[in-house]
Formats: sequence, structure tokens, C-alpha cells
Amino acid sequence: MCRLSAIAAGEYFSVMENILALDTMKEGHDGSGLGVTLQNLGGEFEHLKEYPILSGICTDAGRRKIDDYMESQGFKVKFMWEPRIKEGPGINVKKRGHYLATAYQYPDHYLDRPQAEKEELLTRTRLELRRQGSDDDSLYVFSFWPDVITLKEVGDPLEVGLFFGFDTHPLTAKVILAQGRQNTNYAIQLYACHPFFLQGYCTMTNGENTAFIPNRDYLTGRGVDGYTGYSSDSEVFCHTLHYVHHQLKYPLPYYKDVVTPLKDSELSGRADGQVLGLLKRSLRQLCIDGPNCIIGFLPDGTIFLTQDAKKLRPGIVGGVPGKYGLMSEECGLEQVLPQRRRENDIIPMRADMVIIPPGAQEVKVWNQLNGSITTPN
Amino acid sequence: MESAQRLDHNSELTLLEFPFIIRWREDRCSRCGRCTAVCPSKAIEASVMAQRLVNSQGDTPLPDTIRRVSQVIRQVNDIDRHCVGCGTCSLVCPNMAIMPEYNPSHKFLFHKNRGGIPYARGGRRNAPGTSTLDKLKFTRISMLTDPSLDAGRHEFHIRTLLGRSLPAEALPIERAGELLQLKPDGFIPPVREIFPIRIGGMSIGALSPPMWEGLAMGVAYLNEVENIPVVMCSGEGGLPPRLLKSRYLKYFIPQIASGYFGWDEIIHALPDMIEEPAAIEIKYGQGAKPGDGGLLMAYKVLKLIAKIRGVPMYVDLASPPTHQTKYSIEEAVAKMIQSVSMAWGFRVPVYPKISGTKTALAVLNNLARNPYAAALTIDGEDGATGAAYNVSMDKMGHPIASNLRDCYLELVRSGQQNELPLFAAGGVGKEANLAANAAALILLGASGVDIGKYIMQAAAECYGDERNRCNLCNLGRCPRGITTQDPRLYRRLDADRVAERVVDVFKTAEVELKKIFAPMGRSTQLPIGMSDGLGVGDQAIADRLSISYVC
Repeated sequence: MCRLSAIAAGEYFSVMENILALDTMKEGHDGSGLGVTLQNLGGEFEHLKEYPILSGICTDAGRRKIDDYMESQGFKVKFMWEPRIKEGPGINVKKRGHYLATAYQYPDHYLDRPQAEKEELLTRTRLELRRQGSDDDSLYVFSFWPDVITLKEVGDPLEVGLFFGFDTHPLTAKVILAQGRQNTNYAIQLYACHPFFLQGYCTMTNGENTAFIPNRDYLTGRGVDGYTGYSSDSEVFCHTLHYVHHQLKYPLPYYKDVVTPLKDSELSGRADGQVLGLLKRSLRQLCIDGPNCIIGFLPDGTIFLTQDAKKLRPGIVGGVPGKYGLMSEECGLEQVLPQRRRENDIIPMRADMVIIPPGAQEVKVWNQLNGSITTPN
Repeated sequence: MESAQRLDHNSELTLLEFPFIIRWREDRCSRCGRCTAVCPSKAIEASVMAQRLVNSQGDTPLPDTIRRVSQVIRQVNDIDRHCVGCGTCSLVCPNMAIMPEYNPSHKFLFHKNRGGIPYARGGRRNAPGTSTLDKLKFTRISMLTDPSLDAGRHEFHIRTLLGRSLPAEALPIERAGELLQLKPDGFIPPVREIFPIRIGGMSIGALSPPMWEGLAMGVAYLNEVENIPVVMCSGEGGLPPRLLKSRYLKYFIPQIASGYFGWDEIIHALPDMIEEPAAIEIKYGQGAKPGDGGLLMAYKVLKLIAKIRGVPMYVDLASPPTHQTKYSIEEAVAKMIQSVSMAWGFRVPVYPKISGTKTALAVLNNLARNPYAAALTIDGEDGATGAAYNVSMDKMGHPIASNLRDCYLELVRSGQQNELPLFAAGGVGKEANLAANAAALILLGASGVDIGKYIMQAAAECYGDERNRCNLCNLGRCPRGITTQDPRLYRRLDADRVAERVVDVFKTAEVELKKIFAPMGRSTQLPIGMSDGLGVGDQAIADRLSISYVC
């Protein structure tokens, strides 16, 4: 079972905090990979918030492809970042070419375009680059979005963190999702590593998704450019979130109502029960059966955790105002936030969705059975 | 010169030409005559036989002959009185003295066209062997990497939707702060949540009163007592007037077919209906006999049938092969769906049923664009019927698996797989694996399945099989009393017992469906289109159905 480590804070913190938390959960993953997605970036990126950042891995040939294509589209490089790679004893990570996080300036003719058109351009560009790298594995692109960086590599999470030089030169951000990969059904493939990102929406999950094929087939029929890939059965969680929140414009809690709808007998407990009955029918192909703990963030920095309808996976949330951890296991939380009051830790059950608004000053627990929101601490 | 045929019987058939040969044991037979009385095809008769016995007693051979005449049971060699192999003779024989035996080298079809009349029969396609549905295996089993579900402990929701679901974008809902609410005026198509195995259309008239009543009682019991929402289609022939006005109507799907039988009565009962039917099925085709119509023969049209169907007694009731008023799917069919919907104020799902065909995709694409089409039922070639020409049953039609799969994938391509549910029929449970066949079709993309022949076999011990056993439903001489209007025959059938068996069948199916879905990790929604759960040990089938090849 993959291990999940997410942190949301009011101040910038190092990605190494997530990785050390994953290291405490080491028994649970086989070290087959690390994936991190950072939102609301600090450090060198703090003053580049409006510039889309292309995150990926490429060979020299891949780099030329990226440079050529981006130039042809009118993107101008604003800032380039590469991790300070460390190799040596104790770091069993195989380096593959270049690890990129390059901030670009929009093409001139896009500068005054509406936000929606810019978003479409970014997704289209990412997908085209992905396509160009698919034949020869010369490049992987994980995200192309303002104020977001995604890094993925195969190996033990701590070793990958050291490999990227995060112990001495860390990336910092206010929201970071990190996953320690446990390889299960699929061959290790970088595009299969969590977290998954699309247009400001990001999720990571543990567990298999038994409803993957119906989920995937439904999403690919929505006519949305970014609903593609699916090297992992968990990528659909991110796209379902995007579909519910971005396309349908439903408030976040309805994401839970879509993926784990209430039983008919429970609908009457909700003021919007009638609507839920309709959603349950219309979006039934997006329903999951678990076992899954889903952690994700929205474009505005809201971060959440929710469980499958049978609560078949562990998950815990705890922290102090200004910094909260959302982990698959308590030891990870202990590593990041030893100063918290443990009795206030939240272990979300089947009907809960833990929501931490931007800024991470408080935790809300939304209850699916009655639609109520509580703020435990 | 006179032909020798009269002398050596050369113009007659030997019993080896017949599909079933009667094995009669003289030593056991008490000559009670029950077998000859009960035989539905008059294939056996009491006869006499002259026997010459040679006897020798004493120390030296002194053969002596005795001639005696004994009473025997003889199988007639008239092709129109062929033994159908039903075995009713063995059922009534007190001494186990008689039994039909299948003759694999028979030449029945060479001869069964006397008078230039093609062979007609009931039953399903005569094609014994493993069907495609039975070749499919469920090969995705969650276990060590992730826990599977427990069929005994976890809660399962084995239900499907009959009716059109709007895409989320078209739902009449709006955001009010952090809540979604219904808009005051928006059309929401009617949808029923039902058990994914339905009883397909078999009419009163085709079925005997106790058979239809038994099915109906079983369905009502399943709904009201067992909480398994099974629905049943009326077939073309209307519904009993009291049922139309009862609260049980909601478990039934009245069918309109090309003869429109019973619809005058249904329409007139509308003001008195206290419940709405589960749905309305418009039958355009039947998988067992595509392009062939129906015929309820005059002798079956007794008082009850005439009353229900709104016709005079003792007249042949022909359902034409096609709806005579339907000239195009875009206009006439759409209008028919719309006008039937209108009769119930657009509160009842209305859907067509077609026979499996290569042109199913064209029908599907049309229906997908019709906002009032509630579903599509596709009936494959292994479906059964009460009466059809043998050639229609054996040689016409399309297997259900690939037809259904093509249609589902077409809906997936257009993103409408959740809008228009597909129901599959034709050969479900052909080899008694009801739940497995149903689950396989669901994983291929069906929202549910229909059964007909299976329920007759399981609930009323129908003799029919794919070696042409019995299959004389068309003649009104059903030895089990299932497809006859002859009181002497149908009184053999106990409606209460049929109902009990119907309940057994569906309760069993529900448990078995759980046993299939649990290891696949699905419980809250039916795994429609979850094709990664399927595998097959035949590369060609795997390729055709876009599923895994396993060996």
C-alpha cells in the first residue's frame, strides 16, 4: 500500500518534511518511487507566481524538443531551476538526464487572453510535449501550471529526496503532496506515480481503484483535453475532482458525493437529498468502491482528505493552526508535527471529508450523512 | 412391373431418421397405457405384435414353436408424429419401462417439411455446446495487494437503472451558496431502480394461466417480501384487467408489439390505474426469430385470452413481423416512443427492444439522440420463442455478446454510456449459469439482462433444450402445462409452485452475483462496463470483445 504525506501550512516549508514523514512509514512501501507536487511555491519561485512552470524529466534530445516546441509556441523562459543532484553511496537512484522546473512567460498574443484560454493553452502544451516524448521516452512532463512543481523519480523516497539535494537545497511551498510508491499491479512507470495534477487540481491515493475502467471510460467521454493518460488506476481521482469542481462547478464536498454516493436510505438526511439522488444516477460511472484514501488540493490551496465508503484504508489529520499534516499513518504526523495535541487528531471515517482552507489556519470536517461541518480544533 | 416399395416399406422412414427413439422394455411394462395417453405428439401407440417363440425341453433338442400375439408400445414412424423426446412417458410410467433416447445421427430436418410446410417449433436455437457467455471468466480478483470485499459481510447494492439518466451538465440543478438545489422547472426523465435480471416478454396466451400467474406472483413476492425489485415484461398480449388496476402494476412492463394486442384494454384502464407500470417496452424485433412475426393460433384464443387482448374468441392472432406503421426510426419510431410516454405524462420509461443485428449501432445512435428513449434492449440469437419457423430460429440473428459490446463501446465513444442503459437478452442462463452470464454481460456493458427460457426451465421444469427436446410450445400441447391453453394440460402446473421457484431463482441469483462482484471489489454500483474483470481462453473472442485473453 502506498504511503501518503501531505502538509499544508501558512508559511513556506521544505519538501523534505514530507519525505521524512514518508520515511517513518517505510514499512509500508517498497521504495519503488517518490512523487511530490508543490503548490504556492517559496524560495526562488516566490516572486514568479503568475508564470507557468513546466515540470518534467528529459534527456538531452528531449530538452531540445521542449526548447524547440516552447519557442515555436511563443513561450519565453523566465526562470530555470534544476535540482542539485547528489549521487554516491547510499543513494540508489539512477539519474536520467535533466530534471526541470522551468518558469515561462506566456506567448505575447496570450498575455491579455481570458484565464480559461490560458489554462487551455497550458494543458494543450503539456499534452503535446507528452506526446512528443512518448515514442522514445526522451521527455516526461508532469505539470505545466503557475506556482506548481511536480517531481517524480523511482527509488526509495528518502534516497530520492537526497538525490534531488533537498536536504541542503530544498524546494519550499505552502502545500505539498508526497507519495511513497508501493508498486502493485503495474510496471514502474513515471506517469503512473502519484500525485496526479490537472489544471490546478491534484490528488494522490493509496489502494487500487476497482472501478478504474468505468471511471476512465466515463471521463474520456467528457470531451476535456486533459482527461487522458491513465497509466495508473488512481489518475481518475484527480480528473473526477477536476470534472466535479472545475467543469460542473459543484462545491468541493460534492466530490465525495460523486465518488462515494450515499445509500438511498441515507439521502433524506441531507437537505440536498433530492439533488444527490440525481447526481448518483447521472455520475454513477464515477463511483468507486475503494479501498482508497484520497488526499488532494484545489487551485486555491484548499487541501482535503476523504475515504472510500467502507473506510478500507488508514488516514489521519492533525496539526496546529498554521500547519497541518494529512497522512496515511500516524507516525508520519508524529514526524512532522510532534508539538500538536494528539487528542485532537482526526481519523476520518467513511462519511467524513477533512477540509483545510487556504492558509491552513483551521480544519473542517464535513459529514456526508448530514452535510454538517465541524471544526474540531 | 409393380414397384416393390409396398412390400419392403421403402417409402417409409426408419426410426433411425428420428431425433428420439423410444426405448421400451416389454418385461417391465404393465400395459397401463399412461404413456400413450400422455404423449403430446402421439409418437407412441399401443399395438400388437405377433411373436414366434422357439422352445425346447427335455434331454434332446426337440424345438417347438409357439406363436403368440402380445400387446406392445410401438413408436410410429410418421414424421409428423415424431417423438420430441420430452420424456413425459417416462414421467408417468409406474415401472420405468419407457424412455426416449436422443439419436445423434438423426436426419429429422430432411423430412420435416411434408406438405411443403416448413418446420416450425418453439424453444431456442438448436446449438448445443458452450456459448460465448459461458466461455467468459471473471479473472480480476482483488486479494493480497488490496482486500477484496466479503459477499457475506459487506453491503451490496445489486441494482440497476431502467430509464434515461441525464448527463450531469443537463441536470436541472443550480448552485445556491455551498449547496446544490433543484431548479423549479426542469424535465427529469423517469428512472426505475430494479434488479438487473428481468423476466423478459412472454405473453398471456403464449403462456398458460398458471404459468403467467406463477411468474407474476413470484415477482410480486420478490418485491414485497424479499425486497428484490424484479420486474417482468408482459409480452405482447396485455395484462389482466385486475392487475392493471392493482398496486402490483408497478412491477410489470407492458409490451407493445406489432399486433398491439391488449392495448385497447390498457389504454381504457388508464384512468383507474393507481400505480404506473415499471416501464413500457416497444418490441420491434425478437432475437429468437428476427424478421418473423408471431402467431397465437385460434384454438389458444379462449375466453380469458380474448378478453385480455380485446379480440373475438377462436381467431388466429397474427403479430406481423414488422410494425406496419413504422417507416423510419427518426420519425415514426420517435413518435411512437413519445406518444406512449405522453400517455403516462412522461412519468414512465419507454424503450424499444430489437433483435440482435449488425444494424444495432444505427438504431442505438438514433435512440441516443432521442431524449425520450429510456433504454435499448437487444435480444440475441439464443433467445427463445413460443413459435417460429425453425430456419428463423436456427439461422437468423446475431449473438448477443459482440452486439452488446459494440453498442456499449459506441456509447463510450460518444460519452453517453450512462445516459442510455442497454439491456441484453438471448441465451442468458442457457447452460443454467444465470448469474455468471448476467454478470458477464454487465461487465461487457449491459445495465441488465432479460431471461425467458431459463425461468421456464428453472421454475416450471420446461423440458426444452438445444437438442430440440420437446420444443412444441407452438402446438399448444405443452406437456408441462407451460405454453398451452388446454385446461387438461395446464392443470398439471401449480402456479404457487412456479412462484416459489421464481423466488428461489432470483434469491439465488442475487447471492451468486454478490459472489462474483465481491472478489472484484465492487459492491456499491453495478460494475457496468468493467471489462478488465473479464478474461477468455479464446484469442478471437478476446479481440472481438476487447477483453483479456487468458490461458
